Amino acid sequence: MRFRGRAWVFGDNIDTDVIIPGRYLNTTDPKELAAHCMEGVDPEFPRKVQPGDIMVAGRNFGSGSSREHAPISLRAAGISCVIAKSFARIFFRNAINIGLPVLECAEAVEAIAPGDELEVRLDTGEIHNCRTGQTFRAKPYPRFMLELIQAGGLIPYTRARLAKSQPSTV
Amino acid sequence: MGMTMAEKIIAAHAGLDRVEPGELVEVQVDFVMANDITAALAIQEFAKLEVEEVFDRERVAFVADHFVPPPNIKAAEQCMAVRNWARRKGILYFEGGRDGGIEHIVLPEQGLVLPGEIIIGADSHTCTYGALGAFSTGVGSTDAAVAMATGRLWLKVPSTMRLYYHGTLRPWVTAKDLILHTIGRIGVDGALYMAMFFTGPIIQALSMDGRFTIANMAIEAGAKAGLMEVDEKTLDYVRPRAKRPFTVYKDDPDARYEIDLDFDVSEWEPAIAVPHLPSNVRPVGELADLRIDQVFIGSCTNGRIEDLRLAAHILRGQRVHPEVRCIIIPGSGPTYRQALDEGLIDIFVEAGAVVGLPSCGPCMGGYSGVLGPGERCVSTTNRNFVGRMGHPTSEVYLANPAVAAASAILGRIASPEEIQIRAEAFAG
Ligand code: SF4
Repeated sequence: MRFRGRAWVFGDNIDTDVIIPGRYLNTTDPKELAAHCMEGVDPEFPRKVQPGDIMVAGRNFGSGSSREHAPISLRAAGISCVIAKSFARIFFRNAINIGLPVLECAEAVEAIAPGDELEVRLDTGEIHNCRTGQTFRAKPYPRFMLELIQAGGLIPYTRARLAKSQPSTV
Repeated sequence: MGMTMAEKIIAAHAGLDRVEPGELVEVQVDFVMANDITAALAIQEFAKLEVEEVFDRERVAFVADHFVPPPNIKAAEQCMAVRNWARRKGILYFEGGRDGGIEHIVLPEQGLVLPGEIIIGADSHTCTYGALGAFSTGVGSTDAAVAMATGRLWLKVPSTMRLYYHGTLRPWVTAKDLILHTIGRIGVDGALYMAMFFTGPIIQALSMDGRFTIANMAIEAGAKAGLMEVDEKTLDYVRPRAKRPFTVYKDDPDARYEIDLDFDVSEWEPAIAVPHLPSNVRPVGELADLRIDQVFIGSCTNGRIEDLRLAAHILRGQRVHPEVRCIIIPGSGPTYRQALDEGLIDIFVEAGAVVGLPSCGPCMGGYSGVLGPGERCVSTTNRNFVGRMGHPTSEVYLANPAVAAASAILGRIASPEEIQIRAEAFAG
């Protein structure tokens, strides 16, 4: 799996209330959620972001609530993957479970400027910055999580398992 | 090398003799919960699994609390979808009324979450039940859907951070202040991916209500769970309510802690977390000039009977400042009933506060008490993020119920001492 897109750069502790404020949680419609994505820091974000763009952030991205609406709104807004110095654990789980790839790599984040063109390879964890020519390598996923991502998320993964009544590979 | 409670509980639920931090395991869960927001998504994901029934109807609950009673048609439709699904599948369902209220108050009250269990909830504050000696953690709706169908969940075994509290508490320093100071020290990602284990004589001396307040905010330090030892107080609370048999686990004397912290709390003052992080903690005295527009006393952090008694103790015979909206919400039906029986609601209404229906209320900016541009609120809740309670320029100051009540009276951030009531006079 490869992604190419422009970088949107944010700071530390971007929380789920900033990604999608609580008052919009009376719907599960991804389009509506996307319309308010990142409203807490940049109300223009949904109009500016292009399909395939990459979210880049500092420490503890996605802290706060367990609302899966947060990764859903990012994905529906067009974000193809998120690179951060670290992730809040529920957000990390949710993103993987719904099939939004997330990569942890502090060095890459340090070297990315807003608008940089990035290329990401999920299988190797490589993050290439087309502007600077630098390549960084994110923490690799454990095998089980790579399987989850390749299956398209936890639901397709579980469905396949239930169909075959297979034990988990965990 | 011995094991911590968290490791023992996970090992037992994974069918293993022992587990190591960092290991990925699959566990059998004892209970799955979702609220009106997260259940709405979970039932959509459940449908995709093409499974008819939940794994065990007695072990799955939906608690509608965020948008109840519904403030608008959309919320009403969302709530209907969740309620109808719950009825069709025959799972447990709570929505207001006698037993309903906020999920994290309702489930312990109803004896549905017990020591030694693994509980997952599609809500980040599911860590609250760690106060009962359970391994209890927040997940998203997809995890909840899969667990509802299979009773199982993938989990990374967390390492444990041990926090030992000792010393003497100063007047007006409550469980809320202990956890705020802790987060102030270790930061909002200080316990990222870890299980926090709260212990020591100060924790032992707390009531169950106080212990829930602390475990509730473990997530605010990034933790996966926040556990406490099971003692006589825990058992007194659990035994008359428990809907199932349960097992008590303890840390081995040679258990491994990734981080071991020791806090002498004797110098700690009542705390305020200023915008926009729960770790921005200051002593209340430093902020005493700040004018405010709203006070909220309630939520899964401080909406229990002891919190209401504390607020009533300050508000008795006093008047809420004319320029302040003071909203007080008992966290559950039984809590409301008890507050009524004890005359607390009378005190609140006499003082000029608005008493709301058991629900999350203004905590997450859904409705009832949404903040306008630049408005300032002292709140007994757990998060002061940008826009958490309304407009992105509004401000939330997290505090204990006594500080919140004193602030409501004076129209600015205030210490309970300014209302001239002696802490010793408060019998809890
Ligand atoms: S009271 Fe607040 S923190 Fe607690 S469950 Fe409700 S919205 Fe979440």
